[in-house]
Amino acid sequence: MIDILQFRLRYGQQTVAFPDGPPRFPERFRGRPVVDPARCPDGCRACADACPTEAILDPGEARMRVDLGRCLFCADCVEACPPGAIRYGHDHRLAARSRDDLLVSRDEPLLAAALDEEARRLFGRSLRLRQVSAAGCNGCEAELNATGNIQFDLSRFGIQFVASPRHADGIVVTGPVSENMRAALLATYEAVPPPRIVVAVGACAISGGPFRGSPVVHDGAAGALGGIPVDLFVPGCPPHPITVLDGLLRLLGRLDGDEARRVAR
Amino acid sequence: MTEPLHERRAGAPAILETWNGEAVDVRAVPVLPVARFRAVILEVLREGGRLAAFFGRPVDGRVVVTAALADDPEGKLGLLSTVVDGAYPALSSEAPQAQGFERELAEQYGVVPEGHPWLKPLRFEPPHREVRDPFGRSDPAATIPGEYPFYRVEGEEVHEVAVGPVHAGIIEPGHFRFQCHGEEVFHLEIVLGYQHRGAERMLAGGPDRRSLVVAESIAGDTSVGHGLAYVKALESLSGVAAPARAMALRGVALELERLANHVGDIGALANDVGFLPTASYCGALRADFLNALAEICGNRFGRSLLVHGGVRFDLSSDSALALAARLRESWGQVKGAAGLFFESPSVRARLEETGRVSRETALEIGLVGPAARASGVDRDVRRDHAFGIYRFAHVPVVTADSGDVFSRAWIRFLESDRSVAFAVSQLENLPDGDVRAPPARLAPDRLVVSLVEGWRGEIAHVAVTDRDGRFARYKVKDPSFHNWLGLALALRDGQISDFPLCNKSFNLSYAGHDL
Repeated sequence: MIDILQFRLRYGQQTVAFPDGPPRFPERFRGRPVVDPARCPDGCRACADACPTEAILDPGEARMRVDLGRCLFCADCVEACPPGAIRYGHDHRLAARSRDDLLVSRDEPLLAAALDEEARRLFGRSLRLRQVSAAGCNGCEAELNATGNIQFDLSRFGIQFVASPRHADGIVVTGPVSENMRAALLATYEAVPPPRIVVAVGACAISGGPFRGSPVVHDGAAGALGGIPVDLFVPGCPPHPITVLDGLLRLLGRLDGDEARRVAR
Repeated sequence: MTEPLHERRAGAPAILETWNGEAVDVRAVPVLPVARFRAVILEVLREGGRLAAFFGRPVDGRVVVTAALADDPEGKLGLLSTVVDGAYPALSSEAPQAQGFERELAEQYGVVPEGHPWLKPLRFEPPHREVRDPFGRSDPAATIPGEYPFYRVEGEEVHEVAVGPVHAGIIEPGHFRFQCHGEEVFHLEIVLGYQHRGAERMLAGGPDRRSLVVAESIAGDTSVGHGLAYVKALESLSGVAAPARAMALRGVALELERLANHVGDIGALANDVGFLPTASYCGALRADFLNALAEICGNRFGRSLLVHGGVRFDLSSDSALALAARLRESWGQVKGAAGLFFESPSVRARLEETGRVSRETALEIGLVGPAARASGVDRDVRRDHAFGIYRFAHVPVVTADSGDVFSRAWIRFLESDRSVAFAVSQLENLPDGDVRAPPARLAPDRLVVSLVEGWRGEIAHVAVTDRDGRFARYKVKDPSFHNWLGLALALRDGQISDFPLCNKSFNLSYAGHDL
């Protein structure tokens, strides 16, 4: 017991400063991509040709966008673009409420809007989620697990992952949703009492990720759930735990726009 | 048709000798009659050899089955093939370690291993060619995992417990069915396949711009391990050698991945026995190793680090030294946190004698990685089939002998200690030079077996190129492929309440198995 207390004292406080202070990332961390079509050589589409998941739309044109729902945040496009028309920033805020919002251009921040007032009244101070891995590779699952550890400590915001869908206010889907997992995903969703939310975490759950187009997957939660709306998309491969926290807190209306100024560069 | 499907001349060797990462002419792999093929494999296995890979591929409407046998003490691999039509006498009836491979072969190509002790679907994937269902299902396409001929124990007071596919925690899906008598488990059957994404079929026809990210996503907690097996295969097939500095950085990344997972597992085991200090601390300390990977390549799981020809990111000597110092410090913290756990008598009492897998069983079913070493089986690809930096710098292999949950936990701690020492010494002595060699086209009609010791054990990728230098077949084997059966056997005669603990002590990949 004394050893445990001694260790505890030496080890100290581990919880990250976020969201009250700026989150810290390694220098090479790849956050939201930034595009500057003005730098594109005429007719060049090298970034799009290098992208493993066809995430770059209209390369070389003024309306060039990156689909964060497909983006794996790998470095293939950046490497293919010596003029620096596409690069990664450090902005961890990637979550969005609609699939269209995930198409980002230039250097515009992406801030997920909050749920409506009634939903915020219900879930704002206590949100219980049931996680369903539907052919996730264990990358997103690992980062979701990490949101609950003593560093990111999701429970300090009243958000918790629970063991039964009956106890949950919504589901968090990871993976491209394999055909073999579709029925179990639907059954889990049905077991959550309404009103309920759906959160898709990771490129796979949003678009199929690296497995998009495979005949045995459904290219993500929206495709598999057939008409059931997804309330929050959290891009990444996998998303950093801070990105997940940011998305959930914004969904609950617990981060305001002012927080934008505190993003570390 | 690119290879002879006839019997070779008398006196020709039955096995083509090769080693980890050597690309051989696919036409040089002996094609034996089925009976001879089977007899040679069984003899090698009886003498202590091991099946590292065993897979089919279609050639002109028939199925060529290739076995990659591993001779660990000699550091050699042996290749041999046969051609099967419809059915052949199973290996599994005499060599249990072949059971998963033969179920896979049946599922992918409709080839029936006759006499297989219990032929069942492996991962419920659609067949790779038009076949009659080898499992006799009326509508194979409609079958999802769970609709399955479970082993059943009958009798008064015998009851069945079914768990999954959706589990209580944030865990990948799988179905577990226990045959119990009171608390005692007579039998555990594990049904997987929920995670099947078609990874092998996406890799076939490549390499293309998607291939590397698919390889990195075979098991997301083993991105470096599978990614390395993949780029290593590419380099062997194209004759490109990664520079020394890249090899060292790859070794550092592979050990960081091992450290993150082993430290996380010690924390998870602590959580399962309710020893919360270690659960909390190791859960957080795991992040030190993930963040170290992110320092190198920007991603906590090491994604985007590896490329055909080397690594994408270099470290300055200052940042390499700083990283080494941080690793030393983190390991000091882990030693403290894990020490609390291993020194606690109540923890040891709970872990010892729980979920025992004997050495004989481990050998028989072909366990790999820490699970094998915890049962006293001395095998590690980093030493036995050394690749990359491990040919120049050695990581001592640790074994334990009790084969229980305690051994599987303790092995992780001891291995981590050696991994830290290795990673630190590599970072402090990085070779000079580039980290990347220019990639080249893959040679046609080649076969390569690419082995890597991932944190769960032996990862085996086998790539076969066609006459245009594209993948005619890309076979992936995650260590979990062997070890899931080890978990099932660990539960035999144990208590059902031991399951979470046993499961964590193996911590296997569902996605890696289901592909």
